[in-house]
Amino acid sequence: MERSLLARQPSVLIFIGLLAVFTIVITILSEGFGLGIVSTSFIKILGKTLCLCLIAIAMDLVWGYCGILSLGHFAFFGLGGYMIGMWLMYERTKDIVIASLSSGELPATPEEIREGIGTQIFGVVGGAEIPMVWYFADSLFAQLALVVLVPGLLALVFGWLAFRSRVTGVYLSILTQAMTLALSLYLFQNDSGLRGNNGLSGLQNIPGLTEVPQSVVSVWFFLASAFALGLGYLVAAWVVSGKFGNVIRAIRDDEARIRFMGYPVEAYKLVVFTLTAVIAAIAGALYYPQAGIINPAEIAPIASIYLAVWVAIGGRGRLYGAVIGAALVSLLSSWFTGGQAPSIPLGFYTVNWVDWWQVLLGLGFVLVTLFAPKGIGGLFDKLVRKDAAS
Amino acid sequence: MLRIILFVFAALTAFAPAKAQDADLNALLETYRANIEKPSRTTIGPVLEDLVDSQLPAVPVFLEKWREKEVWQRESDGRFFFVEDATDGKVMLIDVDSGAEAGLADKNDLDNLKPNSGVRGVIAGALVQFQLSDPDPERRLQALTALERDPEASHLSILRGAIESESDPAIKARKERLQRLLTIQFGSDQANRVAAIESFAGDPGVDARAALNPLLATRVEVFDAVPEGLNVARLLTPGSDIEPQSAYQMLVDAGKARPVVPMADRKQALIDNIENGMVAGTPVAELVTQAARDRAYLALAADGSVPPLVTPDEQRSAVANHVFAEIYAEKDPVLTTAARETLANISGTVGLYQFVDLALDGLSLASIYFLAAIGLAITFGVMGVINMAHGEFIMIGAYTGYVVQQFIPNYTVSIIVALPLAFTVAFLAGVALERLVIRYLAHRPLETLLATFGISIALQQIAKNIFGTQARPLTSPSWLDGAWVLNDVVSISYIRIAIFVLALAFLGLLLFILNRTRLGLEVRAVTQNPRMASSMGINPDRINMLTFGLGSGIAGIAGVAIGLFAKVTSELGSGYIVQSFMTVVVGGVGNIWGTLAGAGMIGSLQKVIEFFNPSNTLAAQTYMIIFIIIFIQFRPKGIIALKGRAAGD
Amino acid sequence: MKFTTKLRIAGAAAFITTGILTQTAYAQEETIKVGVLHSLSGTMAISETTLKDTMLMLIEQQNAKGGLLGKQLEAVVVDPASDWPLFAEKARELMTVQNVDVMFGCWTSVSRKSVLPVIEELNGLLFYPVQYEGEESSKNVFYTGAAPNQQAIPATDYFLEELGVEKFALLGTDYVYPRTTNKILEQYLKDKGIAEADIFVNYTPFGHSDWSKIVADVVALGADGKKVGVISTINGDANIGFYKELAAAGISADDIPVVAFSVGEEELSGLDTTNLVGHLAAWNYFQSADAPVNAEFIKEWKAFAGEERVTNDPMEAHYIGFNMWVNAVEAAGTTDVDAVRTAMYGQKFPNLTGSEAEMLPNHHLTKPVLIGEIQEDGQFDIVSQTEPVPGDAWTDFLPESAVLESDWKELACGMYNTETKTCVQLNSNY
Repeated sequence: MERSLLARQPSVLIFIGLLAVFTIVITILSEGFGLGIVSTSFIKILGKTLCLCLIAIAMDLVWGYCGILSLGHFAFFGLGGYMIGMWLMYERTKDIVIASLSSGELPATPEEIREGIGTQIFGVVGGAEIPMVWYFADSLFAQLALVVLVPGLLALVFGWLAFRSRVTGVYLSILTQAMTLALSLYLFQNDSGLRGNNGLSGLQNIPGLTEVPQSVVSVWFFLASAFALGLGYLVAAWVVSGKFGNVIRAIRDDEARIRFMGYPVEAYKLVVFTLTAVIAAIAGALYYPQAGIINPAEIAPIASIYLAVWVAIGGRGRLYGAVIGAALVSLLSSWFTGGQAPSIPLGFYTVNWVDWWQVLLGLGFVLVTLFAPKGIGGLFDKLVRKDAAS
Repeated sequence: MLRIILFVFAALTAFAPAKAQDADLNALLETYRANIEKPSRTTIGPVLEDLVDSQLPAVPVFLEKWREKEVWQRESDGRFFFVEDATDGKVMLIDVDSGAEAGLADKNDLDNLKPNSGVRGVIAGALVQFQLSDPDPERRLQALTALERDPEASHLSILRGAIESESDPAIKARKERLQRLLTIQFGSDQANRVAAIESFAGDPGVDARAALNPLLATRVEVFDAVPEGLNVARLLTPGSDIEPQSAYQMLVDAGKARPVVPMADRKQALIDNIENGMVAGTPVAELVTQAARDRAYLALAADGSVPPLVTPDEQRSAVANHVFAEIYAEKDPVLTTAARETLANISGTVGLYQFVDLALDGLSLASIYFLAAIGLAITFGVMGVINMAHGEFIMIGAYTGYVVQQFIPNYTVSIIVALPLAFTVAFLAGVALERLVIRYLAHRPLETLLATFGISIALQQIAKNIFGTQARPLTSPSWLDGAWVLNDVVSISYIRIAIFVLALAFLGLLLFILNRTRLGLEVRAVTQNPRMASSMGINPDRINMLTFGLGSGIAGIAGVAIGLFAKVTSELGSGYIVQSFMTVVVGGVGNIWGTLAGAGMIGSLQKVIEFFNPSNTLAAQTYMIIFIIIFIQFRPKGIIALKGRAAGD
Repeated sequence: MKFTTKLRIAGAAAFITTGILTQTAYAQEETIKVGVLHSLSGTMAISETTLKDTMLMLIEQQNAKGGLLGKQLEAVVVDPASDWPLFAEKARELMTVQNVDVMFGCWTSVSRKSVLPVIEELNGLLFYPVQYEGEESSKNVFYTGAAPNQQAIPATDYFLEELGVEKFALLGTDYVYPRTTNKILEQYLKDKGIAEADIFVNYTPFGHSDWSKIVADVVALGADGKKVGVISTINGDANIGFYKELAAAGISADDIPVVAFSVGEEELSGLDTTNLVGHLAAWNYFQSADAPVNAEFIKEWKAFAGEERVTNDPMEAHYIGFNMWVNAVEAAGTTDVDAVRTAMYGQKFPNLTGSEAEMLPNHHLTKPVLIGEIQEDGQFDIVSQTEPVPGDAWTDFLPESAVLESDWKELACGMYNTETKTCVQLNSNY
C-alpha cells in the first residue's frame, strides 16, 4: 500500500521532505534550541500556521475531493481546542489552588480544592460550581480522547442527519454554517459551562512545565504541529489515492451516477466528513495552546468561510494546494496587521496597509476565483508540467 | 443697597415670627440656600413644604423654573435669579420674587442650578396642587403625569377637588381614573376602595396593577400554631412551598432553634483545637477528607469543647413543629380578596394582550428578515447564485441614507429621497458585480460564494475607510417617532410598522413584476429552463443582470429601513447575512412565498423562544438555529419547494 | 524537473526567512518605543480606533516637548483586529520583536486576559484604559479605567438615593464585564435590602438589534408599583438599537431612568438624542466637564483628529496613564519596567475634571465619579460629581473577594488573602 501511495501521490515525498527541512532549519534558528535568530513570537506564528495548514488539508479532503463545501469545519477545530483547553486550564488552576491552600493549617480536602478551582476558573463569569462538562478535565488522557470523540461524534450525528435527508450543495453549506453559528452562540452563553465569551485562557502555560520557558515550549509545539501536519498529509494522501479516493472524487463529480452504480454515497460522505472533523479537531488541539486563548468568536461562521477561501486560493483537489493557501494567507495577514508593512505615500493619500489589507485580500479572492480557478496549486501544476515538457 | 435690604430681611426673619418670613421669596430661599444649591430627593421635602406653605404667589413660578433648570445662582452672593438673554453675551437677571429686571451679569459669574431627576420629580409633586386646576391644559397634564409617577396620600383630596371643574373630557377621564387609583392606595373608606379595586377588572394598564399589587405584598413568618387574627395569604408546606433549609434558618432567626454551625466555623474550630499536631486524637495530616474532619469535629463536640452539630433529624422536627405562613401586610381581608380577584381577572386580559404583543413583535421581526432576505431569494432562485456580499448591499443602502441626510436636513424629504436612491445605488452596484464577476462564474455556484465573500470583506473595509468605524446616525422623521400604543401591554413603534408596510409593498411589487410583466415572464422562464428560454428569444444574460440588480436594489432599501431602527456601521450587513440565508433556505429557494414563509417562521419562532426564556436572548437564537437544522432534515428543500433549475438536482 | 520545483519552493522559503531576519535586526535604542495595541478592524474598532489616535496625539505632543530622557518617542501601532488570540500574539511581537518599553492597549476584558499571560511571562508593562469588572490585579498592568467601586456602585447609590429606584433591570451584553458587574451589583442591592425578585437580569449578544421585547419586559416590571430603573452594561453599537427602541416606546427618563456604563460621547454621536434627554451615564470623565485643562485637551484633540470628534472617558484614562508613565520614567531615569513600576506608585497627575489622580499600589487610580444626564446635543449634563475615589481591585461586596487585597508596593502581591495572611498567587487570574 505504501508504495502504491507514493507512486500515486509523488507530492507526498516532496512535501514531507520539505516540511522536515523547514522544521529542522527553523528549530536550529529558534531561540529555544538554536541560534536565536527566529523569535519566539514568530515560532508561535509558524506553529499556528502549520495547524491551519492541517485543517486546510481536512477542508481540501472534504471539499476539494468529496465536493462537500462545509462552512463549519472550524466548529470541530474549536471543539478540539476547547477539549484540550479544559485540561490545561483545570490542571494549571489546580496547581495554583493546591499551592495556595497548602499554607493553611489544616490539609486541604478534595472539596476545598474543587471549590477553589471552581472559584478561580468560573469567578470571572459569576459562578463557582464546576459544571458537569468538566467531569474529565482532571485527566489528560480522557481529555485527549475527547479531542477526537466530541468533534467526531458531532460530525457523525450532524453528517448522518444531513446526508440521510439528501441535503446537498449550497443547502449543505448553509446548514453547516448554521451548525457552527449555533455552536458559537451556545458557547457564548455564560451558562454553557465553558466560560462564555471569555473562553479558556492562559493555555500557553502547560501544567507541570511552568518552569520551562516559552521559547522552548513554543518549539515543542511547533515540532508537534509539523509532525501532525506531516501525518495528516500522509493520511489524506492515502485516503485520496486508493479506490476510496476514486469513489469520493466520483461523488464530487456526479453524485447521482455513483449512487445508481450501487455505492452507498451517504456512507462515503459520512466517513470523509467525520474523518476530516477529527483531523480538524487535532489541528485545533495543537493550535490553541500556542494561541493561548480560545473563545467562541473563534468558531463564528466567518472563520470557516476563510478556511474555504484558503483552500480555494491554494487550489483545491490538491493537498499541497491547501497547505500553500492556508500558509500564504495567514502569514500575509499576520504581516499586514502587524504594522510592519510600509505605508505607501501617494502624495494625495497615504495607503496604510492596516486599512487596506482587507480590501486587497477580498479582491485577491475574487481575482483567484476568476483567473486561477485551480488556485496557486494549479499554477504550480502548470509550471511543473512545463518543466516536464521542456 | 441690596445688602441693607437683605440685612433688614434677615433681621425681620430673626425677630418677627410667623408672617414676616413670607414677605419675600428671596429671603426664604436664602434660609434654604444650601439645600437648594445641592438638592437631594431625600432632603428637599421639608424645604418644598415650607415654600408651598408660605403661600407666596411667586413660589409656583419659581418651582417650575427650578424644575426646568432655568434658575441661576450668582456666585458672588448666592442669590437666585431667572435669566434672559441680553446683548454682548451678557444675561439679564430677573428677580425670582417680583419678576423685575435686576441688572446685567456675565454668564461666567453665574451657576446654573441643575436639580437631578429625582429632585425634579419631588418638585413636580409639590407643584401638583397649583397646576391641577390651572387654566392651561398643558400644565394640568403635567400635574397629572407627576401625580401618576409619585402619588402621595395628600394628593387624593386635591385631585378629588379638581375633577368637578375639569372641562376637557379627556383630561377629566384621566383624572377620574387616577382618582380611583389613588383611592385604592390611600382611600379611607373600605367600600370605596373595594369599588375602586373592582372597577379595574380587565384593565391591562401597568398603573392599575401597580396600585393593586402593593395591597397583596406579603411576608413569610413563622408561628408556633396556625395564626389567628392575621390576614393570612397562605400556609407554606416546608419542602414544597419553602426550602427546609431556609425554613430552619427562619426558626433560628426567630430564636426558636439552635443555629447550624457553618462549615467555616467548623474548620476554624478544628484549627483552634490543634494540639501537638493532633485534633481530638486524630493527626492533622489525616484530616484530608470532609468525613475525617466531621469525625474529628464530633469527637471535639463530645468533649463539649465545641458546640454540637445540629442533626438533620433535629432540623426536620423543628421545622415540622412550626407553622410557616405568608401574611399580607394589608390587614383588611376584604381588600386583599378584592385585589386578588381583580388581579386574577386582569392577568387573564394581560395574557391575551401579551400574546397579541408577541405576535406583533414576531410579525415585525419577520418583516425585517423578509426585507433583508428577499433580494437574496430572487438572485438565488433565478441564477442559483449565492451572494455573500448581499449584506454589504444592505450596508450600502444604509450608508446612502446617511449620506442623503447630510445633504438634505429635512428628515422626511431625505427618507423619501433616500429610498429610491438607495435602490439605485445598490442596483448599480449589483449590476456591476454581476457584469464584472458573477457571469464568469455562471456554472460554479460554490465559487461564486467565495468570490462574493471576497467582495464582501473588501466592501466592508472600504466602507470603514470612507465612513470610519464609528456608527453613523440615520434618523427617522419625527412622524415615525414613538409607538402605536393600544394599551400598556401592546405597543409597537411606528418605525416597525413602517418597515412592515415597506415589506408588504415589496411583496406586492415583486409579485406584480414576476406575475404580470414581461420581465417577470422572462425571469420565470429563465428560472425554469434557461436553455429553453434562450431558444425562445429571451436573453438570459440580460435577465440575470436585471434580476441581480433588482435583488441588490431591494437589499439597498432594506438597508435604509434597518438603519432607521438599528445602527449604521460597516458591519450592519454581516449581522443579517446568515439570518437571510437561513430565511431563504427554510422558506424554499426561488419563491417569494417561500421567503415570506421562512421569514415568518423564523421571526415568530425566535419571539416565542424569547418569550419562554426572557433573560437569555442568546439561548433563544441558539435554539432557533438548532430548530432550523432539524427542520431542514425533514424538508430539505424548504417549506415551499420548487421544481426546475433552482431545485438543484 | 522536480528539482526546479523544489528550488522555487526553497526560494519562497528563503524570502520569508529573510523577512524575519530583517525584522529582528532593527531593534535599536535611538528611540523609546511605545506599543499601541488597539483593534483597528473588526467589531471593536468602533471604540478602539479613537484610543489609537489619542495615543498618537499624546506621543506627538510629548515629542514636541522634547521627548523623554532626551530621546524621541516612537509609536508602534499594531492591529489585533478584534481577535482575542491575536492580542496575545501581537503583544508578544511588540515586546520581543519590536522591543517596546510600554504598551497602551486593549478594550474588552477578554483581550486583556489574552494578553496577561504574555506580559507576565515577559515582564512587560500595559496601561489598560477602560472601565472593567475588577477582580484582577496584575503586576504588569496599570488599570487607568474605573473599577466597579468607581463607577457601578456609585451609580447604583445614585439610583437608590437620588432617584428612589426600588426595582432594577440589569441589562447587559453577554460577556465578562456585565456578568461580573451585575454579580457585584446584585449582591450589593441585596445588601441594601432589595429583594431578589426585584432584580431582573437580561443578557443579549454583541451587536443585538431587536430590542422591542426586552424594552416591553422592562416596562412590565412596573406592574407591582415600584419605581423601575435600568442599569445598562450594554456594549458598543448594540446601544444604538436599544436607545432607539427606548425612545420609540416613549419611556421618559422620569419614568424609567437608564444609567449606562458603556455609553459615552462617542456612542451617542451615532444617534439622535432628542428622545433620550435625561437618561444617565456614569463615568469618571465627561467632555462637558468644566475645567480649563479639559478645554485645552478638547481643543488639541479637535485640532488633531477633526472638529466633529468628541472626547470620552477612556481617552482621559490614556491621557492620565501616559503622562504618569512619562513622569515615572523621568523619575526612574530609565524605561526599565520594574524601575518604572516602582516609580509609578504615588504618582499624581491632574485629571481632566479638575481634581487629581493618584496611582495606588494596587495599580488603580483615584478617580472622581461623575453622573451625567444625556442632553439634546449628545453631550452630558453633569448632575453629580464626587471627590476622587480610590479604585478597588477586589470588590468588597462579594464574600470571596472581600478578603482579598492588592498591594504591589508593601505586600508585593496582587491577590493577598487578609484572613490567612498569604499571597494566593503572584500571577493574575486569567
